[in-house]
Amino acid sequence: MRYSGFRVIAEALTGHKGWKPVWRDPAPQAEYDYIIVGGGGHGLATAYYLAKEFKQARIAVLEKGYLGGGNVGRNTTIIRSNYLLEGNEPFYEFSLKLWEGLEQDFNYNAMVSQRGIINLIHTDAQRDAFTRRGNGMILNGADAEMLNRDQVRALYPFLNFDNARFPIKGALMQRRGGTVRHDAVAWGYARGADMRGVDLIQNCEVTGMRIENGRIRGVETSRGFIGAKKVGVAVAGSSSKVMAHAGMRLPIESHVLQAFVSEGLKPFINGVMTFGAGHFYVSQSDKGGLVFGGDIDGYNSYAQRGNLPVIEDVAEGGMALMPAIGRARLLRTWGGIMDMSMDGSPIIDKTHVEGLYFNGGWCYGGFKATPASGWCFAHLLAKDEPHKTATAYRFDRFLKGLMIDEKGQGAQPNLH
Amino acid sequence: MIINHPILGPRDAQEFVYLGDANLMGRPDGMTAGIEAFHDYLYNRDNPAGAHRELWYHEQGDRSWLVVTRNTVTHEILKVEMARDVARAGGRSK
Repeated sequence: MRYSGFRVIAEALTGHKGWKPVWRDPAPQAEYDYIIVGGGGHGLATAYYLAKEFKQARIAVLEKGYLGGGNVGRNTTIIRSNYLLEGNEPFYEFSLKLWEGLEQDFNYNAMVSQRGIINLIHTDAQRDAFTRRGNGMILNGADAEMLNRDQVRALYPFLNFDNARFPIKGALMQRRGGTVRHDAVAWGYARGADMRGVDLIQNCEVTGMRIENGRIRGVETSRGFIGAKKVGVAVAGSSSKVMAHAGMRLPIESHVLQAFVSEGLKPFINGVMTFGAGHFYVSQSDKGGLVFGGDIDGYNSYAQRGNLPVIEDVAEGGMALMPAIGRARLLRTWGGIMDMSMDGSPIIDKTHVEGLYFNGGWCYGGFKATPASGWCFAHLLAKDEPHKTATAYRFDRFLKGLMIDEKGQGAQPNLH
Repeated sequence: MIINHPILGPRDAQEFVYLGDANLMGRPDGMTAGIEAFHDYLYNRDNPAGAHRELWYHEQGDRSWLVVTRNTVTHEILKVEMARDVARAGGRSK
């Protein structure tokens, strides 16, 4: 069933009796050509592009819970391509271009809203660094512009421009950045994949991998053995747990990142704003709630909830930037599990097991990468070679000294 | 989280800095271990869901390093030892 304005009107006139479930709930078959482990944004996008762009068939997505129940439903919904390094920026710009055409492509309203993102500047050194980053973005086909203090003031007059420690001197702006309705991304990809014959199998946890003579034969699951020629794992947050079934130790630690929503307020933040010096970023949802966050808690965790010191730290960052939110009440906080990699960049690569592929290590930046991650992973699965924008996301970059470390922090995942 | 320091008693985890897996104490010998062993030591982690032995540094306290055994699923702290004692028990001189 195609969605359209005409369809909405037709259904409204006939009592909304024509809407059908958006995807099937199939039982697993004995064997598939491709199994994607993980029914989150990246896994569903992989299945969708595998079927649509790479014309593959006999595909299943295995999800231990329900579709879109992990990080794709727990993030702060920001899209952008404002990276510096050569290994990253072409990939994220590819992703942003896919976001721009996504809703027409999968015929689903994902509320892609390019409302602009600014990164605040407080010192001359920071302005130099952001100018360099902006130039890096432009060189790779993205948009970037430097705003001076007055231009930032015109956008957000209520910011604390004369903060003693971090006075606002300007910002790096990417106008094509913005926000997307995160759940709808998972649903749109799920529906698009299902329409093309992909089996989306929920409540099906992978409990083991059958590997014979160095080749994957299939996966053991809570719903029995399922055979496969190729298996792609996209379970960021739980990557170490799943890849341990193949005897792998990963350059990844799992950490908890918290996110926050305030009560609904009248619109006053049009775009996305990051206050890196204060460990705080914010946007305002269409319902009016301030959606914001800060640093990861900093210790290994699989708990999907964090602790109070970070909540206090994030609230302090928000107050330092926008004293006006002091009376706003915090409505909800929650946590998600991040694959924190050793250089802060992701991995999309083959493994030592033939037919087993890995996609993970997204740190806290996985949401914006969803379309390109799916596309590039599907490319790798279908063609056995990396997509041209994802050639740097290899496992062996740590052994070869080819890290993609945007922040230059070294092998200390809780600092990325 | 409250970390029950072996010398100072219960302390707020905010006073500590987190480093990571306690296996980082077992650095391979630079003269004999190959590059693969060093790569594995520096970059790869067990990253378990469950009991995890990890290094915490009491920066805003007595500057001691602790080995804390903590459940990464519940955040429950199961055991706290002085890293020095753990190293000596493992055969190190200091």
